[in-house]
Amino acid sequence: MHQKENVNYLNVEYGIKSWLFTKDHKRIGVMYLIAVTLFFIVGALAALGVRLELLTPEGDLMSSDAYNRFFTMHGVIMIFLFLIPSIPAVLGNFVLPIMIGARDLAFPRINLLSWYIFIFSGIIGIIGILKGGIDTGWTFYTPYSSIYSHTPVVLVAFAAFLVGFSSILTGLNFIATVHTMRAPGLSWFRLPLFVWAMYATSLVIMLGTPVVAITLVLLILDRAVGLGIFNPTLGGDPVLFQHLFWFYSHPAVYIMILPAMGVVSEVVSAFSRKKVFGYKFIVYSSMAIAVIGFLVWGHHMYTSGQSALSGIVFSILTVLVGVPTAVKILNWTVTLYRGSVSFEAPMLYALGFMGLFIIGGLTGLFLAALGTDVHLHDTYFVVAHFHYTMVGGAIMGFLAGLHYWWPKITGRMYPEFLGKFGAIVVFVGFHLTFLPQFVAGYLGMPRRYHYYVPEFQFYNILSTAGATILGAGMILVIGYLVWSARYGEKAVSNPWRAVGLEWETASPPHPHNFEEVPRVEWDAYDYEYKYKKEGVSFA
Amino acid sequence: MKGIEFFPQVASTIAPSVDKLFFFLVALTIFFTVVLYGLIIYFSVKFRRKEENEIGRDFQSLALEISWTVAPIFLVLFIFYWGVKVYFMQVVPPEDSIEYQVVGKQWMWYFQHPNGKREINELHVPKGQNIVLKMISQDVIHSFFVPAFRIKRDVLPGRYTVAWFNATKKGKFHLFCAEYCGLDHSRMIGRIIVMEPEEYELWLEEGSVVSQKEDKPIPPEEKGKILFGKLGCGSCHRAEDSPLAPSLVGKYGTEVELSDGSTVKVDDDYLRESILDSQAKIVKGYNPIMPVYAGQLSEEDVMNLVAYIKSLGASEK
Ligand code: HEC
Ligand SMILES: [Cu+2]
Ligand SMILES: [Cu+2]
Repeated sequence: MHQKENVNYLNVEYGIKSWLFTKDHKRIGVMYLIAVTLFFIVGALAALGVRLELLTPEGDLMSSDAYNRFFTMHGVIMIFLFLIPSIPAVLGNFVLPIMIGARDLAFPRINLLSWYIFIFSGIIGIIGILKGGIDTGWTFYTPYSSIYSHTPVVLVAFAAFLVGFSSILTGLNFIATVHTMRAPGLSWFRLPLFVWAMYATSLVIMLGTPVVAITLVLLILDRAVGLGIFNPTLGGDPVLFQHLFWFYSHPAVYIMILPAMGVVSEVVSAFSRKKVFGYKFIVYSSMAIAVIGFLVWGHHMYTSGQSALSGIVFSILTVLVGVPTAVKILNWTVTLYRGSVSFEAPMLYALGFMGLFIIGGLTGLFLAALGTDVHLHDTYFVVAHFHYTMVGGAIMGFLAGLHYWWPKITGRMYPEFLGKFGAIVVFVGFHLTFLPQFVAGYLGMPRRYHYYVPEFQFYNILSTAGATILGAGMILVIGYLVWSARYGEKAVSNPWRAVGLEWETASPPHPHNFEEVPRVEWDAYDYEYKYKKEGVSFA
Repeated sequence: MKGIEFFPQVASTIAPSVDKLFFFLVALTIFFTVVLYGLIIYFSVKFRRKEENEIGRDFQSLALEISWTVAPIFLVLFIFYWGVKVYFMQVVPPEDSIEYQVVGKQWMWYFQHPNGKREINELHVPKGQNIVLKMISQDVIHSFFVPAFRIKRDVLPGRYTVAWFNATKKGKFHLFCAEYCGLDHSRMIGRIIVMEPEEYELWLEEGSVVSQKEDKPIPPEEKGKILFGKLGCGSCHRAEDSPLAPSLVGKYGTEVELSDGSTVKVDDDYLRESILDSQAKIVKGYNPIMPVYAGQLSEEDVMNLVAYIKSLGASEK
């Protein structure tokens, strides 16, 4: 006999139309999840091409032209279509309203619109790939991109321009929602740290994205109609492009990393069953990162001919932005102290995040300090550093959050053993891929090199071997997650016995999240209060 | 596969200073990584969940929080300060440096020695000499990177940048283009060949390696002088100011007043702009009659003209 299922957001309506026209933030979150996963796969295939080619110093697998397109597409897709939207648009969309006890986001229609903009830009990007892809690097540096490249730069730059609007709309939606739709009793300093992180991220998105939008428009005009802003032969300044580009793109790394930090705060607390250490310091450090993050863009340009004075100013601001990051790492570490720590897959990913981010953050000091950056700039050291922070950070954070909220999203459990195994494979594969690149970079291997001198081969072989393990791990993870969405064990409403409004509602949640509006009488992560109230006797 | 290397060669006066900071940071990274990994593992094991209903016990400490917010500030400021110190060694060429000219082009490096000898993708230099490279790109942005010297400087179109080094070791060292510049970026590589000064002198005598015709190298300012004559610059620019055009003698290093009332310092970039795009900045009291030479002169030509104008005497003002 079938047990009659409760109404939830998945079974309330069926059919493709019920999805494409939905205004439910949960369904939109799921649609984002599907979209970013597809883009991730395309971006990963491009990375595969790059790593295979770099097995040998000669360019024997593909032409330089093809190679340049591969690494460009890898960067463009991973950054604009995966890393930036992954946590905010998927997990933020799904859990943020539930976490604050709201029925939906403040502007559900705009939320759907932002998904369509995202998909539309993605399609334009894919058309760009089908037309051969571009070869400018994801940084689009002028005057190469504006005059010399023979690839469809305008098309892809337009896609990157457009996708920014989907971020802006999502950011706007989050800010409005957090301001106006918190459940009764949920004061600002009772908000889960993930909500704070999304709030800080949204601010960065709203302030930064318009600048890159303008920059890309200027680039398109330079290229399409010969405007000349970045063209030295017309009196323009190619380095101006770098300033404008990094004014957004440095903060963009915080758009990728702050949400992951928010996830880690949630997960570390849930799997230690206690309050996060120094809640307010984590909030303030997110805000500090968001603000200082806007003042450090020049650290990408120490060698580009900017004055020594600006180099010094950017260097001091950059080393200072490391401080709030260090604060967070220490806070999570000490959250474990006196905890009741368990090690399900989300926790392994969160610990993995910390492990990778420690190295990513510390190696950032090499690049923030002027003297060492001159040597390391534009080498594989930088490649390793930003993969440790952005991939180690954003992807580990995303996977932590995805596993943590998977029961809530799908109503099913992922297979725990495979989950743990996958987390370990990804962690090991990651180190093997990127640790050797630090050495290659210090030895002097420049980035974006198709051919390289034979001295670097050893490190490239290690790196490619690591990437293979990493890739196998990702295939495993995607495989069992997809499988479990259908065949996984049914999830209870609070499988981790965690504290948070999202665990008070059913898995998967009711279409309107809560049957009745919750009242919040406890601080975030107040396990003592919660467990007492539920009458659990605890040690 | 060639032998495995762990350290790049150390072949310039500044390389050891860069390495010192680098290894300090490596030690720091290893130290904090070990401490933090250790703590995470220790806490995870010690406080692992022992019973299903167990919860953690709250722990907060403002003192800890403040101390680890403040302590790193001092540490990072120290790193910043050290970085700046090394940076000044890297970017400020010593007074007595000898100037070499570098032009980057997709996907080649052109060099000119002080005596006028030219090379492509290879640069021979004497050991123990302060050498400053005056660099410009003919097309996109490139970057001049010699790992063994720990120097890197972007080579920009439309503007001169400089790099300097003093080689301390004989041998051949990689030169890479570090800024992505299109199709053959990864093959825009070359070698810096460091020789004993006497060897270098002999090598200089061997004549041009670029063109058979130039069997005897002509120094840049001489080349500039010849060009100056050929292009008819001298018909307007005389030894003394004339109603037609200002004199270029003793101009270098002075301040010039422009027609819009502002002043500029006569440096390499200003001279370059005045030659290629004379209409951009007009000297006060003169008519904008000078032809625009953009498109007619290569960056090498312009560098030679600038060298010539510089040789007409620099003012001490
Ligand atoms: C038709 C006459 C004429 C010719 C030919 C000419 N110039 Fe000029 N040049 C001028 C005048 C007039 C000015 C001042 C107005 C201005 O700034 O354009 C000037 C300015 C300059 C300046 C800036 C001088 C300052 O005092 O700031 C430089 C440098 C210069 N010329 C170099 C050259 C060179 C090199 C050539 C040959 C390739 C050349 N000129 C050919 C007329 C000429
Ligand atoms: Cu940055
Ligand atoms: Cu290059």
